[in-house]
Amino acid sequence: MAEFTLPKNSKITGGKAWPKPAGATETREFRVYRWNPDDGKNPSVDTYHVDINDCGPMVLDGLIWIKNNIDPTLTFRRSCREGVCGSCAMNIDGQNTLACTKSMHDVAAGGAVKVNPLPHQPVVKDLVPDLTNFYAQYASIEPWLKTTTPTPQKEWKQSHEDREKLDGLYECILCACCSTSCPSYWWNSERFLGPAALLQATRWVKDSRDEATGERLDNLEDPFRLYRCHTIMNCAKSCPKGLNPSEAIAELKLKMVERQI
Amino acid sequence: MSRPSSMRTPLGRVRYLGSSHSGTTDFWRQRLTAVAMTLLIVPVIVIVLMLIGRNQAGAAQILGSLPIAIILVLFIIASAWHMKIGMQIIIEDYVHNETVKLVSVMANNFFCIAVALASIYAIVKLSSGV
Repeated sequence: MAEFTLPKNSKITGGKAWPKPAGATETREFRVYRWNPDDGKNPSVDTYHVDINDCGPMVLDGLIWIKNNIDPTLTFRRSCREGVCGSCAMNIDGQNTLACTKSMHDVAAGGAVKVNPLPHQPVVKDLVPDLTNFYAQYASIEPWLKTTTPTPQKEWKQSHEDREKLDGLYECILCACCSTSCPSYWWNSERFLGPAALLQATRWVKDSRDEATGERLDNLEDPFRLYRCHTIMNCAKSCPKGLNPSEAIAELKLKMVERQI
Repeated sequence: MSRPSSMRTPLGRVRYLGSSHSGTTDFWRQRLTAVAMTLLIVPVIVIVLMLIGRNQAGAAQILGSLPIAIILVLFIIASAWHMKIGMQIIIEDYVHNETVKLVSVMANNFFCIAVALASIYAIVKLSSGV
């Protein structure tokens, strides 16, 4: 059966409450998921207090402040800090999003900023999930232009109208917020490709320059790879880039019907 | 499907047995039966209201009308088919043990066919006045 409870060694127990920073006049409480693969202990949630007058407004700023000023062992991924790279995707206040574009002031006033790793993925350490399967699923949709016609001297041409069809698809940064918020992906992540990979599949299926559309649809036509999507729409709700993978998947299903009926 | 873990590459695990090239038929039929039920539900409710409080002879008289019998039979076919597909999706979502899944899907098929046939038999029997 699908697992509805955490395995014994993943249950959260206790956690350290770090003292408030000395001399800070205004602080914000952060509760951060901690797990260290080397100490053999269960995960815990540590409590920190961030001096918001000495720190940027985003949740990522808070995490970096904690790492610099309180606890250098806190582990998380980050790179561009402006919503372009997708590295700092995590679950903040119950919602998958990017720590760099989520303001800590948007988290319910007065309450603690709760930070957890992306749900239902193996944890490498603290807030770092293991996304190996996610990336392999992306590779499986073969996200590159496939053609048989000899490559033209200059470029593959595309009309403005056809190029516009890729809007809302090409912007995906593969942060995995959508896939890890999808219950269908939680229960069947090994067989269901998930919203991110399917959105990218749609991007290539709709590309007017591509000559392997049918082959791509063949590869997706499967009760598990594609049809596990039940239009729950958590993906669209969580996407930090405002994309709608659910709609992209619906377009794929429509194309499947179109070529059959 | 017991997934290979061992030392296969992540891409090898994702590709595994490949695509089954199926699922679209069920997807289409689920929508087809949904639309059919939407269209049939109003006449079915009217027929059920007409049947309330009547004895078997009265029911047989109403069901003796061919259009009424056909509406009811169509509704049973659409709903049993829809029920079969919907339940199979739930089983595929949550049951991961291969043996249990196969047995559940089989039992689901048997149950839906049995319910549909029993209902159709009852309507045909009543409408033919036997």
